[in-house]
Amino acid sequence: MKRRTFLKGTVASSMLGVAVSAGLLTPRMVLAAWPESAFGAKNVDDALNALLGSTSTSESSAIDIKAPDIAENGAVVPITVSTSMSGVESIAVLIKENPSPLACSYDLSANTEGFISCRVKMGKTSDLIAVVKSGGKLHSAKKTVKVTIGGCGG
Amino acid sequence: MAETAIRIRAQMKDDVTEVKALMSHEMETGLRKDKKTGEVIPAWFIKDVVCEHNGKQVMVAHWGVAVSKNPYLSFKFKGAAKGDTVKVSWTDNKGGAATSEAKVE
Repeated sequence: MKRRTFLKGTVASSMLGVAVSAGLLTPRMVLAAWPESAFGAKNVDDALNALLGSTSTSESSAIDIKAPDIAENGAVVPITVSTSMSGVESIAVLIKENPSPLACSYDLSANTEGFISCRVKMGKTSDLIAVVKSGGKLHSAKKTVKVTIGGCGG
Repeated sequence: MAETAIRIRAQMKDDVTEVKALMSHEMETGLRKDKKTGEVIPAWFIKDVVCEHNGKQVMVAHWGVAVSKNPYLSFKFKGAAKGDTVKVSWTDNKGGAATSEAKVE
């Protein structure tokens, strides 16, 4: 199956050619660089420092995390982070017990609401932490999600 | 491959447009081993997602390997009108990219 891995790589790299010719990679969008060290950090504090420059967050009841109490499939855990705060600049989702806790980060424009819904992978039972940057300050909330291994929810 | 790479729905209710996007992508973590060869399957995942409304960025997402396969994304923004264009584009760690548009309904 080395051939399969090789072919997968070939298909992926040929997409580059297609993408360039389709004008998709021309830098017409201002895009903050992908935060490499934040995604590589092995614990929550390091990830927050790398991503947001600080670990001082204050717990906020204005942030709501909707996620299953028990996730039957750790590979697909649906989560929704929403907040009634105004002026939300960014939302970050961290999974404390994952090998690299930072799962995803969202930069929002002025007229975009503090609401993000996505699906993440969780290696095991863990706290899901949402960090919302608003008004220059970091606010957080967390929710524990239990992950059952072995499918059928039993 | 590219036609259904991103499915988008953008629906307006009162002043808020909710965008839901479903993307086709392996989102390989780079932590799995091929069962037959024992080799690590290399990481292959969407890194950046840019969402635009009428050509202006409304949201930029940075993703790591912990985002699930065939990623789903939903967000909301204000100030659109029916018929406006919402565009979602992603780039992955191997230089792959895709983009798709939908009209606000």
